[in-house]
Amino acid sequence: MFNYLTTFPGNGQHMINEDGVLKLARLARLKIDKAASIAAAAKLNSILGYVEQLMKVNVEGVEPMSHVHGSTNVYRADEVRPSPNPDAMLQNVPDSSGRFVRVPIIVE
Amino acid sequence: MSDITLLTASEMVSQMRAGQLSCKELCQAFLNKLEKQKGLNSFLTIAPEKVLARAEEAQAKIKAGSKEALLGIPVAVKDMILTKDLKTTCASKILENFIPPYTATCVNNLESRGAVVLGKTNMDEFAMGSSNENSAFGSVKNPWNPECVPGGSSGGSAVAVAARLAPLALGTDTGGSVRQPASFCGIAGMKPTYGRVSRYGVVAFASSLDQVGGFATNVRDLALLMSAVSGHDPMDSTSVKVDVPDFSALLGQDIKGLRLGMPKEYFIEGLSSEVKACIEAALKQLEKLGAKLVEVSLPNTELAVATYYILAPAEASSNLARYDGIRYGHRAKGTHELEELYEVSRSEGFGEEVKRRIMIGTYVLSSGYFDAYYLRAQKVRTLIANDFRTAFAKHCDLIVCPTAPTTAFKIGEKSSDPLAMYLNDIFTIPVNLAGLPGMSIPCGFDQKGLPVGLQLIGKPWDEAGLLKTAYAYESETDWHKRLPKIH
Repeated sequence: MFNYLTTFPGNGQHMINEDGVLKLARLARLKIDKAASIAAAAKLNSILGYVEQLMKVNVEGVEPMSHVHGSTNVYRADEVRPSPNPDAMLQNVPDSSGRFVRVPIIVE
Repeated sequence: MSDITLLTASEMVSQMRAGQLSCKELCQAFLNKLEKQKGLNSFLTIAPEKVLARAEEAQAKIKAGSKEALLGIPVAVKDMILTKDLKTTCASKILENFIPPYTATCVNNLESRGAVVLGKTNMDEFAMGSSNENSAFGSVKNPWNPECVPGGSSGGSAVAVAARLAPLALGTDTGGSVRQPASFCGIAGMKPTYGRVSRYGVVAFASSLDQVGGFATNVRDLALLMSAVSGHDPMDSTSVKVDVPDFSALLGQDIKGLRLGMPKEYFIEGLSSEVKACIEAALKQLEKLGAKLVEVSLPNTELAVATYYILAPAEASSNLARYDGIRYGHRAKGTHELEELYEVSRSEGFGEEVKRRIMIGTYVLSSGYFDAYYLRAQKVRTLIANDFRTAFAKHCDLIVCPTAPTTAFKIGEKSSDPLAMYLNDIFTIPVNLAGLPGMSIPCGFDQKGLPVGLQLIGKPWDEAGLLKTAYAYESETDWHKRLPKIH
C-alpha cells in the first residue's frame, strides 16, 4: 500500500500533505515543485474531503458498475485490412530519425 | 438583404436545393462572421481554403441533384474530435501542433452526408471543466454577456451556435459538457445514450462516460444532426448495434398523456430561484400540452458528483498516460533520461486542472486505496443508475428538471475553487453515470438577460422521444428565437 502520509480513507479526517503530493506527482509522472505542492495539497484535500461522503453509503451486496452496457469482449473476423500510413503516423513524432523514433538513453 | 447566417440548417438545406442560396456564399458568410467575432474566442482552428474547397464540391453535388441530409451545411467541431490533416489540440499545450492522421467516425458520418467542417472549437483542456476557463488558449466568452463564461467543456461549440457562427456543432459530454453550455448559451444541446455515437477518433477523457453530442439553434436541426452522427461503428467496441430511427420522425406529434417525472432531489437548496421559476413555468407549459407531471425520487442524486470525481479522474489518469512526449505531442527540451523526459514533458504540456485530475485518479487507483475509493464509487454508480431505472419502470416516461443550478457565472468567479466548479454539474452528471440520453433546451431568461435551460432525460435509446417532447415545447415558445446582442 502506498503511504501518502494520510490516515486511511473512511475516518472522515484524512489529509494529504505536501510530501504526499510530491509522491503522487511522481507516480503520475508529473513534476511539481515544493511551493506548488502546498497549493495543490489544499485543493486536493478539499476534493478528497468531499468524496469522503461515499464512505457512509451502504453498498453491501451492490454490484460495481464499470460500464453502462456491461463489458463484453467484441470479436471481429481476422481479415487483412488497411492500416494507417506509417509516414502519416510519423509526422507527429517530436524527434525521429528516418523511420525511427528517437528517445533518450534508457540503459547505459 | 436578410442575414443568411440566421437561417436554420433545415432552411439552408431547402434554399440550397431550390437554388436560392449557394453553399459557397453560405460558407463565406460564416467565415466573414467568424473573422468579425474573433473576440469570442470560440474557434481554435479555421482553414478557410479547405472550407471553400469543400463548399464547391458540395455545390456541384447540389447541382447534380444530390439529396444528402446535410449537403452543404457548415458544422463546427469541438477540438477533442480528430479531423485528418486539420490540427486537433484538445485545447492543450501538449497537443498544440498535433495533426491527426485520420478522422473520427462521427465527423466522417457528417461529411458523408454532405456537411462542411467549418473549423475546430475551443474547449476546456481535455474536456475537464465547466466554464471553458481551462483552455490553454484562453477563455471563451458568452455572447449574451462577454463577462460571463459560456459553460463547458464544449463552450466553443455552444458559442459558435449561439452567436450564429455555425448552424450546427459537435461537442462531447462526459459530465454535462454539452447540456450545461447549451443551457448557459440559450441553445439546444443533446447527449445521446452511451454507445449511440462512435467514440473512434474522439480523444478519450473518461471512456465509460464520454459521448459525442450536438448543438443547434432549434430542435428540428438538432434531430437532423443527431440522426447523422449516430450509429454502430466496428471501430468502437462500445458503440452499440441498435437501429437508429429517424430522430425527426416524431417531431410534431402531440405529447398528450406523456408522464413527465420531476425528481424532487433536483429542486433543492442551491437551485437559483430564477432558474426554478423558469423551470416551473416550462413544466406548466408542458402540462398545458397534455403531459402529466408526476413527482419522482432519485434518492442517490446527492452522491453523483462525488462518484463522478472518483471515476472520471481514475479513467482520465489512465487515458492521459499516453501523453509522454515520445510518439506525438509536446516533448520537453534539455532532458537527459527517459523518466525525466516524461515528467517534464507532461508538466509543461498539461494545465493545472488536468494535472489535478490525473493526481486524483492516480490516488484513488493506488494500491490500498482502490477498494475504498474506486470500487466503492462503481457500486454507488449502480445505485444511481438504479434510481433512474426504477423511476422509468414505475412512474414516468421522461424526466424533466433544470440543466444547471444557475445561469452563466462571471469569468473568474469559480476558477480558484475546483469543488465549487464541480458542483455546477450536479444535475447533468447522474445522466452520464447512468448512460442515458439527455438534452437541454432554452426555457427562459433571468433578470440579467442570461438564458436558462430545461433538461429532459430519457430511457436508453429514446432520443426520438426527448426530441419530440422538446419540439412540442419549443413550438409553443419563442426562447430559441432570441438572439444575443452581437446581432
